[in-house]
Amino acid sequence: MSINTGRRTFLKTTALAVSVAMGSLAYSAGAYALGDAEKEDLKFGFIKLTDMAPLAIAYENGYFEDEGLYVQLEAQANWKVLLDRVIDGQLDGAHMLAGQPIAATIGYGTKAPVITPISMDLNGNAITVSNKTWKAMKPHVEMEGDKPKHPISAAALKPVVESYKDAGKPFKMGMVFPVSTHNYELRYWLAAGGLNPGYYAPHKGDSSGTLDADVLLSVTPPPQMPATMEAGTIEGYCVGEPWNQQAVFKGIGVPVISDNSIQKNNPEKVFGLREDFYEKYPNTTIRVVKAMIRAAHWLDAENNKNRPAAVKILSKPNYVGADYKVIANSMTGTFEYEKGDKRSEPDFNVFFRYNATYPYYSDAIWYMTQMRRWGQISEQKADSWYKDMAKKVYRPDIYKQAVEELISDGTFKKTDFAGVFESDGFRGVQDDFMDGIPYDGSKPNDYIDSMKIGLKGSKQL
Amino acid sequence: MNPLKWALVEPFYKLAIGEDRKGQINTIVKMVGLPIAGLLVFLMLWQGAASNINTSLGQFPGPVQTYDQFVSLQEEATAEAVKEEKFYQRQEERNARKLEKNPEATIKVREYTGPPTFFEQIWRSLVTVMSGFILASIIAVPIGIIIGLSSNAYSAVNPLIQIFKPVSPLAWLPLVTMVVSAVYVTDDPAFDKAFLNSMFTVLLCCLWPTIINTAAGVATVTQDLKNVSQVLSLSWWTHVRKIVLPCSIPMMFTGLRISLGIAWMVLIAAEMLAQNPGLGKFVWDEFQNGSSDSLGRIMVAVIVIGIVGFFLDRGMLIIQKAVSWDKSSDIR
Repeated sequence: MSINTGRRTFLKTTALAVSVAMGSLAYSAGAYALGDAEKEDLKFGFIKLTDMAPLAIAYENGYFEDEGLYVQLEAQANWKVLLDRVIDGQLDGAHMLAGQPIAATIGYGTKAPVITPISMDLNGNAITVSNKTWKAMKPHVEMEGDKPKHPISAAALKPVVESYKDAGKPFKMGMVFPVSTHNYELRYWLAAGGLNPGYYAPHKGDSSGTLDADVLLSVTPPPQMPATMEAGTIEGYCVGEPWNQQAVFKGIGVPVISDNSIQKNNPEKVFGLREDFYEKYPNTTIRVVKAMIRAAHWLDAENNKNRPAAVKILSKPNYVGADYKVIANSMTGTFEYEKGDKRSEPDFNVFFRYNATYPYYSDAIWYMTQMRRWGQISEQKADSWYKDMAKKVYRPDIYKQAVEELISDGTFKKTDFAGVFESDGFRGVQDDFMDGIPYDGSKPNDYIDSMKIGLKGSKQL
Repeated sequence: MNPLKWALVEPFYKLAIGEDRKGQINTIVKMVGLPIAGLLVFLMLWQGAASNINTSLGQFPGPVQTYDQFVSLQEEATAEAVKEEKFYQRQEERNARKLEKNPEATIKVREYTGPPTFFEQIWRSLVTVMSGFILASIIAVPIGIIIGLSSNAYSAVNPLIQIFKPVSPLAWLPLVTMVVSAVYVTDDPAFDKAFLNSMFTVLLCCLWPTIINTAAGVATVTQDLKNVSQVLSLSWWTHVRKIVLPCSIPMMFTGLRISLGIAWMVLIAAEMLAQNPGLGKFVWDEFQNGSSDSLGRIMVAVIVIGIVGFFLDRGMLIIQKAVSWDKSSDIR
């Protein structure tokens, strides 16, 4: 009996010793081991849009928990509430419009240092017009057989807007926030078709963005877009999914162009958090980014194989909550324009491919050039100012640490992140805009001056 | 208390023992039959109207669809309970591993991080409304007594009450939000700011009926009683305790009952705007979801809000009846 006990104790101790040894072995495998999260209970906000998917997936697939994080996800009423709650600390971080951290840092709107350690997705928006407007627009749209030829230029909308002007009526469209990607995309599309979307003049206290406008743009929260258009308050809008597809399902409007056709693979949502949060909780921040990279990878893995499962999660009422088939339309690689005109759009939402998660400085600078173009930045700034601001907001340094951790964990291979470690944060010259004007992120002022409609040089309103 | 004397039981009991059969049947029809008939007519009208209203989210939900959504909300709650259990299990394992690595590590057991179910949201709404209402009562009753006792204080305060009384909660909320986020700054908040925002909004809106009614109740103390108090040369405190309070309690509770009704109405609006978990947020979230089930779910919430409000009111009524010394008065 006593021998038996002795043996058992011996076995136990050896097992313990071995496991401790193996534990320390695994521990020293990384170049430097990332410490435990300093703050484990986190609350993140999001807006009901399909591109919040990386957060939902990181939660549902347990990626946050794998990092020792206990995250609560909470839908927010609108983008302003969401940003304010991040700034005053009710939320630890949130799904944000790419323009929000930039605008908060340069002080357009609420001023507060907000940073972006990871980009959440590319593309995912579209412009939809009401049935009435589509009917008036369609005769001016170039046809390909019995279907309209894509991409549709805003030039087709111009005669409609002019007929409104002749009748003395304003032509109104909706976008989701003054510094939203949607605002800049809608403005880009309108301006590329020869329509002026109007200027902002914050130094004069004018934040409506309708000076000299042909088309009046106003703010509506994404989930209310279809209802607002149905009520006739606006004639069209630019918004993320599922609110364009919902207009098709409800039979109240027709999407005319996806943002992927305005600029190929344009950066869309980012994850934003306060700068002091990162300074106080660096390990937590890196762990959050790790979990989100894993989620983004899962979403795009093996040619969108997991998308149907993702759509099922997103259609739960606590996430996006729209019907499965509405969300599935765009998330699974197709997009329905006119009812029945379903087209293949494999890149309508991109979460991981094309280094979608990398926060590029040049993307931040593109948004700033648009802020300058439409007067939100009221005076001329030097090229160096654009770069300094971009480096303050976009933080590839944090992103790269998370990637290194994922590689040393063995979750990913270095080849999964081709070009990430070599990149200086600039994409180089980009030549994939619908109007063919090339963009070089290292020369923002030259780019601003190359636009046909918009403020140029030192012009001030 | 004799259960056989209860209004609900009495006619059945009398019918059973054969006392005035015809009269009892009449009473029963009036008491049970007519409400049921009313309900049935309402359900039919609802069904008829619903099938004729087509929204862009599909048909307006009739009673059947609403019931279906109620069932599906229950199913969701059950599914969530399973997930919750797994969450705790995983957490336990993770904590055990943490302890194994470092026996001194501090272990924390967290609440489930998943979304609150519909039934939890009802509960949270109740907690918020009761916190706001109780705080408001603690403030309003003393103020009411003071201004009721002194006509000078009444003249000074009355204009303020009349001005603030009709203010909508939606007007208060932005101010409350900004003040709470400026004043309530801690690293480890015991209360959620959204909870405080909606609670204070409720408080601000439900102060007034209690103040006014308490003051009116205090004013009903008759001169005779005041004379008695003077003859006995009671101290101010004893006067309030022994004479003013008992006299004003019926009116005070009338005020409290109105306040609680207002609190419940205000709460739903406050939760919608403050994004505080509860029935108001549930309705708002479903409106934003815009799925084909949304309208049915909102209808479930509408009915639940009504039923909860009804029970809150009945609860106050029972207390009001119990504390009212004038048992002959008909309170309904």
